[in-house]
Amino acid sequence: MSLVLDFTAIWPRVPYMLGGAWLSLQIAFLAFCGGMLIGLFGAMAKTYGGVWVRRPVDAYVSFFTNTPQLVQIYFIFFALPEWGILLSPYAAVLIGMTLNAGAYLTQVQLAGFASVHRAEIEAAETLGFTRMQSVRYVIFPHIMKTLFPPLSNLYILMTLGTSMAAVFGVEELTGRSFNINSETFRSVEVFLVAAVIYIVITFAATLLLAGVGRRFFRSQIKMF
Amino acid sequence: MLQQIIDQAPRFFGYYNVLFLLQAFAATFLLSLAGCVLGFALGFLLAVTRRTADWRLAPARGLMVVFTEAFRRIPFLVTLMLVFFAFQALKFDVSMFTIALFSVCLIATAFITEIVRAGLDSVHRNQWDAAAAMNFTYIETLRYIVVPQAWKVMLPPAFSFFVLFIKDTALASQIGVVELTFAGKVLANKGFPAALTFGTVLILYFLLSWPLARFGRWMEVKLAPTRTR
Repeated sequence: MSLVLDFTAIWPRVPYMLGGAWLSLQIAFLAFCGGMLIGLFGAMAKTYGGVWVRRPVDAYVSFFTNTPQLVQIYFIFFALPEWGILLSPYAAVLIGMTLNAGAYLTQVQLAGFASVHRAEIEAAETLGFTRMQSVRYVIFPHIMKTLFPPLSNLYILMTLGTSMAAVFGVEELTGRSFNINSETFRSVEVFLVAAVIYIVITFAATLLLAGVGRRFFRSQIKMF
Repeated sequence: MLQQIIDQAPRFFGYYNVLFLLQAFAATFLLSLAGCVLGFALGFLLAVTRRTADWRLAPARGLMVVFTEAFRRIPFLVTLMLVFFAFQALKFDVSMFTIALFSVCLIATAFITEIVRAGLDSVHRNQWDAAAAMNFTYIETLRYIVVPQAWKVMLPPAFSFFVLFIKDTALASQIGVVELTFAGKVLANKGFPAALTFGTVLILYFLLSWPLARFGRWMEVKLAPTRTR
C-alpha cells in the first residue's frame, strides 16, 4: 500500500509535453475565436432578429449547452462519415469545440448586449456623437467591461476542455501524456506533471487576461 | 443513410437496448447527483473553514486555497486518470464507479467551495459584526445570521454547476464506467449506425439536463427579488 513516485523517466519527456500544451492552447484559442464569431451573430440575431431567427438560435443554444461536448464530438467524428463527411480528429475536435463555445458565447454576449442601457445611447446622441463614435466610445467599452470577466473564465474552462481531444487521438497535452504513459508506465507521475502544466498554463492565462482587462477595459478580475 | 437509420431503429430500440440505455441514464444521473451532494457538503465545510480567523487553522486554510485553486485548473480527464492510476498503484480494490465518484467529488468540492465562498461574501459585513456584537459564536453566526441570507445566493449557481457536471461525467466513460456515453460507445460498437446511437445519447442527455437547467433558471428568478443585503 505504498506509492513510490519516480520521475526519472518523465523529465526528458517534459519538452514533448510542453509541445502538447502549446497545441492545447492553440485549439482553445481557435475554438474561442470561432465561438466568439458565432456568439456575436447569435446574440445579434436574438437581439434584433424576428421570431423565426430567434427560435433556431434558441434551439442551437439550448441543445449545445445541455449536451456534453464529448458526445457532440463523438457524433461529429463517428456519425458524419456515414453521410460521407470524413474529418480528421483535429478538425472534428475543433468543430465540436467551436460549436459548443458558440452556444455559450451567444449567452454571454447576449448578457453584454442587454447591459447597455438605452439612456446611454441617447446620451451619446445628445452629445452629438455619430453612430460609429457612440459604438466606439460608449457601447464597446461598456460591453467589454461587463463581458471581460465571464469571457476570460470561459476561456480558461475551454483550455481545460481541450483535454477531451485526447479521446480522439489528437496529440495535445493529455494525448501526449497518454502516449508517455504507455511508453513508461509511470502513470501517476505522467498525469501529475500534466496536471501541473495545466495549472501553470491556465494560471498564466488568468494573469495575462486580468492584466489586459485591467489595462484596457477597466474590468476587475478576481484572482483568488 | 437516413434509410439505414430507419431500418435499424426497431432493432435498436429493442427491450434490452432500451433497458441498457435507461440504466446508463440512471448511472449518469446518480454519478452527478452524488458528486454534487457530497461536493456541496465538503465544499461548504471548506468555505466555512476558510473564513475562520483562528491562527491554528492557518495551515489548513492554506492547503484549502491550494486545493481549490489546483483542482479548478486541472481538466476532469486528467483528474480522472490521476485518481484511477493512484488507486491502482495503492492497490485499492474499488469499482470504476467509485473511482469516477471520487474524482467527481474532488472537482465538485473545489468548484462548490468557491460558490459557497461567494455566497458567504455576499452577506454584508455589518451582519457579521452585528452577530459578533451580540456574542454569537462563529457557528451560531453561520446558523442563524449568514446562511439564511446566503443560501439564496449560493443555490442558483450551485444548481447550474450541477447541470454543468452532468455533462462532465461523460468523460467517466473513458475509464469504463457504464454511463450514458459508454452505453453509446458499446451500442455503436455492436454495429448500430453511429448517428442513431450518439443521436439517441445526445437526446437523452438533453432530456436530463434541460429540465434541470430550466428549473435552475426559474429558481434564480424566484430567489432574486427576495435577496437582501
